[in-house]
Amino acid sequence: MTNLDKLEANSVHILREAYREFKSLVMLWSIGKDSTVLLWLARKAFFGHVPFPLMHIDTHYKIPEMIEYRDRVALEWGLDLIVGENRKALDERHTFPDGQATRVECCRSLKSEALKHTLSGEWPRRRMDHKVGRLEAEERREAFTGVIVGARADEEGSRSKERYFSARDRQNEWDVGDQPPELWRQYKTDFAPGTHVRIHPLLDWTELNIWEYIERERIPIIPLYFDRGDGRRYRSLGCYPCTSPVVSEAKSVTDIVEELRAGKFRDIAERSGREQDKEDGGLETLRRGGYM
Amino acid sequence: MESTENTEQISIVMAGHVDHGKSTVIGRLLSDIGALPQGKLEQVKEMCRRNAKPFEYAFLLDALKDEQSQGITIDAARCFFRTERRRYIMIDAPGHIEFLKNMITGAARAEAALLVIDAREGIRENTKRHGYMLSMLGLRQLAVLVNKMDLADYGRNVFGRITEEYTEFLGRLGIEPVSFIPVSGMEGVNISEKSKLTPWYDGPTVLQQIEAFQHKPPSQVIPFRLPVQDVYKFTEQGDDRRIVAGTIETGTVQVGDRVVFQPSGKSSAIRSVEYFNGAAKSRAAAGEAAGFTLDTQVYIKPGEWMVRQDDPAMKTGTRLRTNLFWMGRDPMIRDKTYKLKLGALRSPVKLVEVLSVLDATELATVSGKQQLDRHDVAEVILETPKPVAFDVLGEIEQTSRLVVVDNYEISGAGIILAAAEAADSVLQEHIRAREIAWKNSAIPLAERNAAYGHGAKFVVFTSEIPELGEAVARALERRLFALNFKAYFLGIDNVAMGLDADLRVGNDYRDDHIRRLGELARIFTDSGQIFITSLANVDEYDINALKLLNTPHEILTVQVGESRFAGFTPDVTIEADGDLGRGVEKACALLKQKQVIQDYSI
Ligand SMILES: Nc1nc2c(ncn2[C@@H]2O[C@H](COP(=O)(O)OP(=O)(O)OP(=O)(O)O)[C@@H](O)[C@H]2O)c(=O)[nH]1
Ligand SMILES: [Mg+2]
Repeated sequence: MTNLDKLEANSVHILREAYREFKSLVMLWSIGKDSTVLLWLARKAFFGHVPFPLMHIDTHYKIPEMIEYRDRVALEWGLDLIVGENRKALDERHTFPDGQATRVECCRSLKSEALKHTLSGEWPRRRMDHKVGRLEAEERREAFTGVIVGARADEEGSRSKERYFSARDRQNEWDVGDQPPELWRQYKTDFAPGTHVRIHPLLDWTELNIWEYIERERIPIIPLYFDRGDGRRYRSLGCYPCTSPVVSEAKSVTDIVEELRAGKFRDIAERSGREQDKEDGGLETLRRGGYM
Repeated sequence: MESTENTEQISIVMAGHVDHGKSTVIGRLLSDIGALPQGKLEQVKEMCRRNAKPFEYAFLLDALKDEQSQGITIDAARCFFRTERRRYIMIDAPGHIEFLKNMITGAARAEAALLVIDAREGIRENTKRHGYMLSMLGLRQLAVLVNKMDLADYGRNVFGRITEEYTEFLGRLGIEPVSFIPVSGMEGVNISEKSKLTPWYDGPTVLQQIEAFQHKPPSQVIPFRLPVQDVYKFTEQGDDRRIVAGTIETGTVQVGDRVVFQPSGKSSAIRSVEYFNGAAKSRAAAGEAAGFTLDTQVYIKPGEWMVRQDDPAMKTGTRLRTNLFWMGRDPMIRDKTYKLKLGALRSPVKLVEVLSVLDATELATVSGKQQLDRHDVAEVILETPKPVAFDVLGEIEQTSRLVVVDNYEISGAGIILAAAEAADSVLQEHIRAREIAWKNSAIPLAERNAAYGHGAKFVVFTSEIPELGEAVARALERRLFALNFKAYFLGIDNVAMGLDADLRVGNDYRDDHIRRLGELARIFTDSGQIFITSLANVDEYDINALKLLNTPHEILTVQVGESRFAGFTPDVTIEADGDLGRGVEKACALLKQKQVIQDYSI
């Protein structure tokens, strides 16, 4: 088995374990490369099917192409897509930079808060209606307690200490010191009622592994990652006010793999284009509060 | 150009007592070989300056605020880097005893270990405990770093003493360390370059040592073992495949091979190897998260093992002699139901005997303990209510491993040493004690039977369609009642939510619910009644348990519809056509035949 085969097998095993153990399971899909690889791995695990819904949190600051791509792939692959948002914060302009919020506050309300209340079913959400081919308001909103997330350990310090199956208490808090042991392919899959669990099948993947896998599997990926003529491309996709493209002439998946292996990004961290990480406490503070 | 397919990757864990310098050594290594992301070192140094803290290489790994403020690693961190030779995942485990389960999580993912010992402090409690844990986890490649040599003036004697003492300890665990290296993480001695400060040392540097560790591909010669994780049938888009899925632990299997499922004993042959978006395959091997379709329709449940018929079979039994490490906050005690995870199996399990407890730091046996406290390692006997399939240490390592869940937490990790003698089960012992203590009613059962005009019996309906079994059972209750008989129906949910309300609901506690139901049956039948229940998907072990529990009275079984899993012969089978009237007739005929009710009464 090659290294990619092993990563794939381990992720598939975790996805199957999650599907076996959790009744109300959902997968977060940010449209980016990691969660799209995750989606692909779900199709691997379940032999072409995706037997749980996908959830996308729309901050309305996403690059418009992302939304188009999302809906197109959802329809093509027959995905059960659910979309949520923080309507109130948007209406009250509790946002950055055009509202009165800092970057971290904006992230917290448009992403963390929106996610929390969309998962619980408290806030309105829309679901893809495959008969009419568009998102429709969802009437009966179930609460999801198992959430599959595409976090990787190499992204940043606090993520390197995650578990494949990670419990959050009712307040969505993460107790880093008291995490369950994981050994011999046995994970913590028993939880007190009401516990929210995050499942991280991509924990062992690096950014390079992700691109190598996209290349190997020919996974259709959103073209924002490629240089389309202006010598710039996105390395990480987020909201446009806080994510800037990098200078790069990588025009294809193969170019990107090459760039990460030996080229200019060899030793530069992926999230270096994300501004919210640089504020005090950065990602660890956000993550303790439920950021994914 | 580097090619993906040949790029080897190896995971290495750093172990050792708290503060002996694990994080520092890794931080130093990463920085010396230029494996840190650009700007990272400056960023951490700047952070230290801003907070008026001395810079520590350990901060490169200890990313959490709490870790930096306390100067301690709380949870294992993983860091990724590469050399010309291959890719690495370094796992920096915490050394504090409080975080031992975090250390275990880290070490369980590794193929080799670097164990760090502080030259000045020497061998401490967790130096030994970690050594023991590594051997228990099956890690055999171990190098020892004698760190902080700067504080020992790079003295040869200190190094020699520690080497000798720790080699002896590891020897008792059956581990032969590949090397001892004198280092200083702080001064960068013998980390990536050989230092002049230790002229007396001529072994490898840390970097040379990690490059020399061997990455072993999973062996493919051992018997084939697949824990059945799930059986899928996604009917979407006309898919009619029934796929047995799981991650292969050991061995290989090919299309056409005859396979047996253990412990059920059902067999079939591999029809196809399923794989999404890849070339068709006819073979699957250890490590793959595979999927198979079978030649025949066999009904198996997740948790069974699929093995090749031509390979040595797994052992099956209800008693496992196990070497168990306990990490739960509450002690492991007898007479409490825990949950066993063995491969894909989940089963209730009880501790029946503590044979000996080992002090992992002295490797000495402590005797006379009847429970396992946190961080104890013990040889115990575990018992499951139904036979389970397993391998044992010394035969196949991967499939002799289990974990024990207590109150939602993985609290024990163990290795099965052998199938234990089939003594009386916990249940049999219980029944014997119960019957000896039982106070008989002043009214003999025969007298009650005469007064009520019928015999007493426990009637168990079983069906794979729970509503159906229950409907017939209730119809029978109604019919017997109409005849003025003392009949009572009680469903298992009533037990679960009532008598068993202190237990948690769900499949894990099903055996406990069944036990309570059996105890109730004993009481009801003793009072002369016809006690009726209905259960979904019972097997021979459930029926045997109920039979035992209902002793000295008798039990009748009525199967509604076909049974794909049951390994027992019911007293009567009723068609699953929803014809309640006919169902009740058949059940009554059985009661007559068994002389519970008289012919003329109907
Ligand atoms: N003098 C000297 N001090 C060292 C050396 N290596 C580490 N230290 C110091 O020892 C202390 C503990 O080092 P860490 O790297 O945090 O120890 P650790 O083994 O990772 O500790 P835990 O992860 O908490 O178990 C720090 O203050 C280091 O600066 C060394 O080679 N020489
Ligand atoms: Mg440390």
